[in-house]
Amino acid sequence: MIDVNRDGEVWVFAEQHKGHLEDTPIELMSKARRLADTLGVKLAAAVLGNEVKDIATKLIHYGADKVYLAEHPLLADYQTNSYAKVIYDLIHKYQPQIVLYGATATGRDLAPRIASAAKAGLTADCTDLQIGDHKTTNGDTHKNLLFQVRPAFGGNIIATIINFDRWPQMATVREGVMPMPEPDVSRKGEIIEENVQISQQELPLEILEEHKRPKKVNLKAARIIVTGGAGVGSKDNFKLIWDLANCLGAAPAATRAAVDLGFIDSDHQVGQTGTTVRPSLYIAVGVSGAIQHQAGMSQSQKIIAINNDPDAPIFQIAHYKIIGDLNVVVPKMIKAIKEKGIKELTPLTVAET
Amino acid sequence: MAYNCVVLIKQVPDTKRITGKAMNDDGTVNRSALPAIFNPEDLNALELAMQIKDEFGGKITVITMGLPAASVVLRDSLFRGADDAILVTDQRCAASDTLATSYILSCAVKKIDYDMVLCGRQAIDGDTAQVGPQLAEKLGIPQISYVEKLIELNGKTITARRNIGAGWQQVKTKLPVLLTVTGDANEPRVAAAKKIMKYKNAQTTIEVEQKIKAENTEAAEANIQKLVKHQCSELDGKGLLIKQWDLDFVGADLSWCGRSGSPTKVHRIQSVVLATKETKDIKPNEQGISDMIHELIEDKIIA
Repeated sequence: MIDVNRDGEVWVFAEQHKGHLEDTPIELMSKARRLADTLGVKLAAAVLGNEVKDIATKLIHYGADKVYLAEHPLLADYQTNSYAKVIYDLIHKYQPQIVLYGATATGRDLAPRIASAAKAGLTADCTDLQIGDHKTTNGDTHKNLLFQVRPAFGGNIIATIINFDRWPQMATVREGVMPMPEPDVSRKGEIIEENVQISQQELPLEILEEHKRPKKVNLKAARIIVTGGAGVGSKDNFKLIWDLANCLGAAPAATRAAVDLGFIDSDHQVGQTGTTVRPSLYIAVGVSGAIQHQAGMSQSQKIIAINNDPDAPIFQIAHYKIIGDLNVVVPKMIKAIKEKGIKELTPLTVAET
Repeated sequence: MAYNCVVLIKQVPDTKRITGKAMNDDGTVNRSALPAIFNPEDLNALELAMQIKDEFGGKITVITMGLPAASVVLRDSLFRGADDAILVTDQRCAASDTLATSYILSCAVKKIDYDMVLCGRQAIDGDTAQVGPQLAEKLGIPQISYVEKLIELNGKTITARRNIGAGWQQVKTKLPVLLTVTGDANEPRVAAAKKIMKYKNAQTTIEVEQKIKAENTEAAEANIQKLVKHQCSELDGKGLLIKQWDLDFVGADLSWCGRSGSPTKVHRIQSVVLATKETKDIKPNEQGISDMIHELIEDKIIA
C-alpha cells in the first residue's frame, strides 16, 4: 500500500488487446477527467503492451494529461502476473491516489491481484464514481475521497464504498455505465516511456489458443432498444420484438428470463448480469421489471413499458405506461410508426432463424 | 498421479429469490427472510474437484469462512463427496472485506497440502469475484480465472479453457494453481444417499456444545466442557468432526483481519427506489399509440 497522497494523480488502466484499445477505458476517461479536475490533479492512463504507442496518443485525445507507456515483448499478450507486476511497480513509483479499471474479464482478473499485492482496497463493478467527504464514527472527517458506488445484494441495494487510510483507492467500473467521450485530436499530453523490468518468470501461463467471438449485437451503441421479457411467451412470438426493433432501426434485447427461456441469444441480455444500456428510447415489452433488470436500463432517457399486469414494477420507472396485451399493442405500434413515415432504417441485426 | 484439491465455499443469502417479504418497506434487505444457500458457483468448483478425484484420485478438503451456521454448506459438501471439511470461524473475522478475507483464507489454505485451489467465480451476495485472485496472490501461485472446462491434467501441468467475455482462451500452467470456476463448467451432482447416511451427524465443536447446553440447562460450565470434549473426540474417531479453526489456530496476524485489515469501508447504503417523476398513461388503442409515437417524433426521441 502507499500513503494517503493528496497530490497523487488519477489513473485509468487502458486495457488493450493486440493493439486495439477497448471501449471500457475510453468510457472511463470522461468520468476520470471530472474526478481529476475536482481534485485539481492530473489524469493519467497506463497502457501496457508491445508496440502500442499509437494507443498512448489516442488516450491523450480522450482526455489524459499523461500516459505511462510500458512496452515490452513479454507484455504483448495479457497475463495476470506480468501485468499485475508492472502496474504494481508503477503504482509504487508514482503513488497515484486513484486507480480505475474496467470491470471486464481482464480488469476483474487483474485488479484484485494488484490490490492484494499492494494491500490496497478495491471495489468491484462500480456504476458511479464521485468525490466526497466522509465522517467516521469517531468524528474525523476525511475530505475528497473517491466514492465508489455499486449495486450489492443482487442489485437490491446501492452501496457507497470508500477507503480513507490505505491508498491507492481502486475500483473496477462496469462496462457501458458511462458515456463514451468524443476524442479531441488537438489535445496535447505527455507520454512517459517506462523502462520495464520483466522476466519469463512473471509469465506462468502458456496461452495455447484464443477465440474471440464478436457480440451479435452492440446494445451499448443503440439509440433505441426494444426488449422482450418472459411475457412475450415463446421464441416464435419473439418475432414481434424483432419486427418492432427493425421498423425503428433499434436493437432487439431481452431480459434474463427471456434468455433463459431460449427466446434469444444471451448477447442480447440487458441487466445486472447482462449489458448496461442508456439509450434515448427503451421499449420494454412483457417485461415485469425485476430490480436486476432495472439496474441495466434505468438510465434510459425515455422508457415505454407494455404489460398486461398493472402492478408490474417496470411501470414505476416508465415514462409511457401501456397496460394491455402486447400481442395487440405491438402490432399497433408498428402500424403507427409506419404511418408516421419513419423511413425503415437499416436494422442493426437480422433475426436469427 | 492423485491430486489434492482445496475447495473454498461460501454460504450466501439467496439474492436471486428476493420476494416482497425479503425487502422491508423502506427498501432495505430483510436478511432474516432470505434463505441461506450454497453459493451456486462454489458448487461448480466442488463438482470440478470431484471429477478430478473420480479420474485421478486424491483428497478434497472444503473450507468456508463464516458464522457457525455455515457448517450447513460443509455438511452438504461431505454429502456430495468431499473428504474433509473445515470451518474458519472467529468473531474477529467480522467486517472483513475481500482483502482481509483472502488473507485469512490464505492462512488456512497454507496449513493444507494441496495441488489445486478451486473457488467459484463469484458469490451472489457481493458479486465481486475478487477473493479468488487475491488468494492466489497471497499463496504466490498463478490463477486461471473463469474456468469453463478442464482440458487436461498431466503430471504437474494443467490445461484449462477460460471464458474471456466475448470468447475463450486455452491456457496451460504448472501446479499448484488456483482456479475460479464458472457456472457453465459442469452440472453439480446431488448429494449421495450413502454419504448423507455417513455424514448426517458430522458436526463442529460449536454445534456439539450448543446441543449439550440445550440438553443440560442446569449443568455447570466445567461439566459441559468435559462432555463437549468427550463427544468431540468420539466424533473425531468416527471421522465426523468438522474441523473448526480460529484466527489463532491459522496463525493470522490480527492487524490484517476484520475491520483493521480491511481498507474498504461502507460510506452509506441506499435502497434502490427507482421511480420516474412523470408517467403518462397510454390507452392501448390506435389513437393512444399513434399520439405517443407522434410525441416521441416531436421530441426527437425517434428519428
